[in-house]
Amino acid sequence: MLVLSILIIPLVFVLLIALMSSSQSKRIALLGTLTTLGVSMYAFSQFLTDANSINLIYKTTWIERLGANFHIQLDGINLILVLLTTLLSTFIVYSAYEREIKSPKTYFSLMLMMQSALLGVFLAKDALLFYIFWELTLIPIYLICLVFGGEGRQRITFKFFVFTMFGSLFMLLAILFLWLHNPAHTFAIADFYKAGAALPASQQVYVFIAFYLAFAIKIPIFPLHTWQPDTYVNAPTQGTMLLSGIMLKMGTYALIVWLIPTVPLGWKLASKYVIIISIISVVYGSLMALIQQNFKRLLAYSSLGHVGLIAAGIFSFNLQGVQGALYQMLSHGINVVALFFICDIIQQRMKTDNMQALGGIRNVSKLFGAFFIVATFASVALPITNSFVGEFLLLHGIFQYNSILAAVGCTTVILSAMYMLRAYQLMMHGETNELTASFGKITMHEKIMLGALAILILFFGVYPNLLLHISEEPLKQLIEQVRHATLAVTYSKF
Amino acid sequence: MEQFVYLIPLFPLLSFAIIALSGKGLSKSITTFLAPGSVLASFIVAILIFISQLSNHQAVTVPLFSWIHVGEFHADFSFLVDALSIIFTLVITGVGFLIHVYSTGYMHDEKDYNRYFAYLNLFVFFMLLLVLADNFLLMFIGWEGVGLCSYLLIGFWFRNIDYARAAKKAFVMNRIGDFGFLLGTILIFGVFGSINYHEVFAHIGNVVVDGKLITWITVLLFIGAIGKSAQVPLYTWLPDAMAGPTPVSALIHAATMVTAGIYLVARCGVLFSMSSFTMHLIAIIGVVTSLLAASIAIFQNDIKKVLAYSTVSQLGLIFCALGCGAFSAGVFHVVTHAFFKALLFLGAGSVIHGMSGDQDLRNMGGLKKKMPITFITFLIATLAISGIPPFAGFFSKDQMLAEIYTHNKILFVLALLASLMTVFYMFRLLFLAFYGEFRGNNIVKNHVHESPKSMTIPLSVLAVLSVIGGWIGFPHALGHQLHLHHWLDGFLSTALKMPTTEMSLNTELLLMLITIVLILIVVFWARNIFITKKYVSNNDEDAMPLWKEIIYYKFYVDEIYESIIVKPINKISRLLQDYIERSGIDAMVNGIGTSVVNWSQLLRLTQTGSLGFYVGAMVVGMIVLIVLMLVKI
Repeated sequence: MLVLSILIIPLVFVLLIALMSSSQSKRIALLGTLTTLGVSMYAFSQFLTDANSINLIYKTTWIERLGANFHIQLDGINLILVLLTTLLSTFIVYSAYEREIKSPKTYFSLMLMMQSALLGVFLAKDALLFYIFWELTLIPIYLICLVFGGEGRQRITFKFFVFTMFGSLFMLLAILFLWLHNPAHTFAIADFYKAGAALPASQQVYVFIAFYLAFAIKIPIFPLHTWQPDTYVNAPTQGTMLLSGIMLKMGTYALIVWLIPTVPLGWKLASKYVIIISIISVVYGSLMALIQQNFKRLLAYSSLGHVGLIAAGIFSFNLQGVQGALYQMLSHGINVVALFFICDIIQQRMKTDNMQALGGIRNVSKLFGAFFIVATFASVALPITNSFVGEFLLLHGIFQYNSILAAVGCTTVILSAMYMLRAYQLMMHGETNELTASFGKITMHEKIMLGALAILILFFGVYPNLLLHISEEPLKQLIEQVRHATLAVTYSKF
Repeated sequence: MEQFVYLIPLFPLLSFAIIALSGKGLSKSITTFLAPGSVLASFIVAILIFISQLSNHQAVTVPLFSWIHVGEFHADFSFLVDALSIIFTLVITGVGFLIHVYSTGYMHDEKDYNRYFAYLNLFVFFMLLLVLADNFLLMFIGWEGVGLCSYLLIGFWFRNIDYARAAKKAFVMNRIGDFGFLLGTILIFGVFGSINYHEVFAHIGNVVVDGKLITWITVLLFIGAIGKSAQVPLYTWLPDAMAGPTPVSALIHAATMVTAGIYLVARCGVLFSMSSFTMHLIAIIGVVTSLLAASIAIFQNDIKKVLAYSTVSQLGLIFCALGCGAFSAGVFHVVTHAFFKALLFLGAGSVIHGMSGDQDLRNMGGLKKKMPITFITFLIATLAISGIPPFAGFFSKDQMLAEIYTHNKILFVLALLASLMTVFYMFRLLFLAFYGEFRGNNIVKNHVHESPKSMTIPLSVLAVLSVIGGWIGFPHALGHQLHLHHWLDGFLSTALKMPTTEMSLNTELLLMLITIVLILIVVFWARNIFITKKYVSNNDEDAMPLWKEIIYYKFYVDEIYESIIVKPINKISRLLQDYIERSGIDAMVNGIGTSVVNWSQLLRLTQTGSLGFYVGAMVVGMIVLIVLMLVKI
């Protein structure tokens, strides 16, 4: 039941918001995310004492004829993503705390619904349930972007919607295909693993491609990313944070749990190509980031580069690569929320994020400059920040797959420093101009938000073992399972 | 005693935390006490550990906690105390302390006094982490951390956009090196299954390793060293780094951070010496850097730029020695160089202080009388860097040159040439700044004064070290009767595990003699030009012969990099944006969208609503179907 309550609590608070006055909604929403965070922390401690505790599983028959169960379960892998979701949701709700919002009731309710749906995606152990939650996430984020977005939001949000629906369609096909080829005719993940692995290699490749399309659009990976920069720029800050901080991790998480172990041979045959594409994504995103004029757009492209590396690490599917990927999902989430919040602070005050128009902000607010430095170097993956751990492990994993690809991916070390420091310099350094002179001091709300994020950045950079330790065993099993499946077939060939 | 090694980096870290977190609340006087005090405390602990090391010579590992642990891969917070790390620690904390004290005077009127010391303390912490780490990844924390502090301190006066640019350039160029370091570390794990020094180096003897892989590892690590220690082709950030406050140039960009590359090579000496390719590469890059930088230094007019190029050149010389297998001599020169180069920079800072901020040698002259302490200490440093006995530089440089000589005669001639050029530009600097008549304007002239005690005392201490610092490595030829010779070699031998070459006493003495005579000739030559003939320097506008112009403008290296690397990368990005991002993928995506709409519009035409049309269409459809069936049969 504990695990079910994680899903339900946000929805309870949605009801509360509906009942109370709109001036109260932000407080209730924050309370809701804090409660969920608290419960997930409690679940975390439960998991540490007894990983097989009955509290961490909830399973009940759902659609019997189809063999679909409402099965959610907390394990060592999705635990990190649950923590990511509950932690970041709190920050995301809090980030909107002092902002003018046209209808706060709707806005905060949508965020909480989004949180619940996201948690469902990570917790689901049944393919149909997974698919339903996957699609459910789209509705609140669609509305957030459509109702609260900037100029041209209809066109851009529509593009985003069509893009992801297009991908989901293939995922649905793949799921149905696997259900049909599953003698037990269930949607249970364990049966899917069996059914998928039993397929001949050529069919596995088709299933792989179908899943890949859905996940790669969500992540996004080059060349399926063109919905992303516009959507990030156009969405309200909290929407962007939800999209880049949590939602894209649905894609990378699904690669680890739903894609590769389901069709191991498909992975084996396609891995070379998808890793190359991911690495292209890394370099391409970084090169694009290098020439952007607007900070938010720069962050969008930099995110493309960072998640490309995550994807490449996952497709190398060795312990270092996947551990790094999992850890980097958390780090990337924290860092982009920090950076988009910083961008929001600038946009709120300066009414622009055109970097050329800014400059010298650090003269006006030293403290803001300091927080921004921490976030910048976290994004650049300086050691003792959270993302260094992830990036190093990812590169290590990719290196074991192919050293040349790792070396190409490693250029992100140089390129990210180039574009992030360029951005920092353009906005923060130099003489203060007329516009930036009015920047003022940062508020207590902003200090708390940025301070807490800075602490997390350092904490996860210095003490990664806390989480790495948890995901190690389940990932080892998963990797072993995949290795075994691919080995067996290689023998039968000869 | 060794188990307390964690205190050494801890003190500056705590001091940093206190200063950084208390923000404006902290008064200047507390910072003045706290920042240098923390480094002094580290220095004292370092001395105690050093004394303990003197007697037992044992490398001691002090584990703190486990950092990254994934499968077989371990990277821990764990320190290694041995002769090499303790020597570096002593230099960092000792010279670091003096520079902190100096800074309290130099930065006295600075608005951001606390921020400055916070950065400086943080730097000392990372630098200590770098040398005390017992594995490559922990070293990398220090490695990148000092890069961060260097970025922050070069851009300390970030209001000036050029300074901010210099900071960015330094960080990015360092990152190019870090790219190599990172891949090298990963490859080390791939080959040895560990990234701990003692496990890696212990393996070398036992496991038969592919020589090609060793070459790759060492080349990758050396790329890291090139970035950090400003060697060709990644040296251009260091002269620009002079934008930072002068004590920073002394501490980071002369005495400590830039020697990290040398530390890395010396630390992995066992590994490097297995690849003759890499060793040759190091020696060649070293000597080329040394000559290039020395030639540029001769024509620079900015006092700090001369010293910056001098640093690059000296580091090149050390790398040349390392490439010849003279690890111990290289480390020796790092130590003495830290003394006299820090002294030179601090002296320059004192001069700039007295000159009301002017750094142009052409405006100086005759400062000898007005700044006696600065002059004397600067003179000592100049004699030391020139390699004149019995000053510190003589011993270390002599040892390096002797070992290069036994290794390769051509390298020796080039290295000797580079060190003679050093003598020339250093005496040019000395003569232009301190001798002759004052050439600046009267306002500045009347203002010229000796610096306060907080600055001159560190200068004096460093001056003493620049005299006696070399005696820890008395050459065999001079010291064997006194039983003094090569104390440092002996001390380091447990850590470096490298044999030092011995040459015959006569050859050694002869080389020494020739070198000294040549040095003295150069000194008199410089004296002749800059004192007797009172030659100053070109104005920027004056016509110059082509060869001189090329050197004066630093071989146009920055401009070349700009046009062959920076611009093309931006160009590629723009091309990608125009042809792939916008008119490529996105146009295709939108095209699919529009085509769907178009087709739907076409199909919509069939929805006429007229019953006759539908019946007609049905009939036509049935006929077509029947025909098809018939054909098939």
